[in-house]
Amino acid sequence: MLTPEERTEIEAEFPHYPNRKAVCIDAMKIVQKHRGWLSDEALDDIGELLGMSSTDLDGVATFYNLLFRRPVGRHVIYLCDSVSCWIMGGDQQRNHICKRLGIASGETTADGRFTLLPVVCLGACDHAPVMMVDQDTHRDLTPEKIDQILEQYD
Amino acid sequence: MLYNKPDPQEVKVLTRRFGLENSASIDTYLATDGYQGFLKAREMTPDDIITEVKTSNLRGRGGAGFPTGMKWGFVPRTSPKPKYIVVNGDESEPGTCKDRLLIENDPHQLLEGMMIAGLAVDAHAGYVYIRGEYRYLIDILDKAIAEAYSRGWLGKNIQGTGFDFDVYTQTGAGAYECGEESALLESLEGKRGVPRIRPPFPAVSGAFQCPTVLNNVETYSAVPSILRDGGAAFASLGTPRNGGTRLFCLSGHINRPGVYELPMGFNLLRMIEEVGGGVWRGKKLKAVIPGGSSCPVLTADECDLAMDYDTLAKAKTMLGSGGVVVMDEDTCMVKAAMRIMRFYAHESCGWCIPCREGTAWLRKLLIRFHDGGGARSDIDLIGDVARNMLGRTFCPLGDAAAMPTISFVEKFRGEFEAHLAGRPCPHEHADHLALV
Repeated sequence: MLTPEERTEIEAEFPHYPNRKAVCIDAMKIVQKHRGWLSDEALDDIGELLGMSSTDLDGVATFYNLLFRRPVGRHVIYLCDSVSCWIMGGDQQRNHICKRLGIASGETTADGRFTLLPVVCLGACDHAPVMMVDQDTHRDLTPEKIDQILEQYD
Repeated sequence: MLYNKPDPQEVKVLTRRFGLENSASIDTYLATDGYQGFLKAREMTPDDIITEVKTSNLRGRGGAGFPTGMKWGFVPRTSPKPKYIVVNGDESEPGTCKDRLLIENDPHQLLEGMMIAGLAVDAHAGYVYIRGEYRYLIDILDKAIAEAYSRGWLGKNIQGTGFDFDVYTQTGAGAYECGEESALLESLEGKRGVPRIRPPFPAVSGAFQCPTVLNNVETYSAVPSILRDGGAAFASLGTPRNGGTRLFCLSGHINRPGVYELPMGFNLLRMIEEVGGGVWRGKKLKAVIPGGSSCPVLTADECDLAMDYDTLAKAKTMLGSGGVVVMDEDTCMVKAAMRIMRFYAHESCGWCIPCREGTAWLRKLLIRFHDGGGARSDIDLIGDVARNMLGRTFCPLGDAAAMPTISFVEKFRGEFEAHLAGRPCPHEHADHLALV
């Protein structure tokens, strides 16, 4: 069941659109914000409120990079792997993160603290290499800078 | 607020408030001629507004370069359906980082552009669709929208003019394809972001099956100054048929990367040498992607040209979204092609087969090739597969993947040959490159 908080946040979006279905991406993001990821149960809960089947919601959820149908760590590292970041040494930064956290791209640390995901261009190419941790964009990355940044996320 | 040091050669029209204190606030905006374009437009007929935009020679800044005034003219203003103004803020073409700055530093300019478009086509509601990775921009924009409502610049009867306009924000959830206009509309409606079959075009049937104006952030942001100072003034900043200025995003192996507002038609070599401070570390220039990763690459010898839509089209590439990616002499062109293809293969929405299969196979071929496992015949095969995608996909993503690939193979064939027979990548040990 949706929590009252989740429900209130989703319902606040209703007046912005001519129909409820249009809210579904926002609704999934809201529930993911509270629960970390979108379980089958989460899709059922959202579907009930929006009048959509969970299969429809699954179709939408699996399309988008930022909606997770599997558990992720407490913090998600999105490391840009597009062309500008690559030519500015993005792969070295990825290797450093992998080594430091002991995981490969796409994996979660054993303590559940971080998940590392490669992501498409983050639109800060003039400060490449770039990564996002959760909602925060970090620019001009170096291994030393990455060490400092990761310390900020428990 | 992140903003690079301006360059003296810049012509600041859209970025004129960048660097001002509280540049995003409505007070700063109103103190610097803000919303004057709207007030002027309110006194004009819709036809006159559209004519003014046509006079400005403003062309879509998202990539395709379609004339904006003409696009607005396609909207059936007398349709009984509601009409919508939609902003494409799904900036995700690799190498492009300008819309982010426009929203961050001057959100009211975008809102004013939307309102003027609303006047032009009789729309009273607008959506700003911003990619999910730019979540923080929504806070900036929502704050600007709240300010505009509280000061009577949005909502009912704006400034007593009798015009009503509401704006809503929506974030995407991570999909390059949603930068394609019809896929964006699908996403706006809460669906998978796959392209629609056209016609009908969004001007006739767009958001929620209603007539819709859909433009890029930079395009709308240019509109207030066009109305305020006149279309002819804007047009005169650029070259014939390519009006105004453009935000160029310089990235890659360059001394002063950044976003610079320069007149249309600015010479690319001068942009790299003078504005960008030249190639870093005293290295030689090898190649430039002139407008985001979907544009065919230019060799160093081809870069002495004017950066406008028509000149670049003649040079068989595109101005695209203004993302200028500079590559020095140590950059492996095979790997560049491979990285670009990896992006498109990941971001292909899978809706149509030539793109879904073509990008996947090209990715495999290019990875194998770069790893030294390619055969000589693969060089032609890469070009063949790419050429077979051209023009055969629902939306431009297929072309966006194929065009740069063809250009890399044709222009840097020697580098592909150097990877044959299991030889290690000759560039792999350059100091700034790392293994895959």
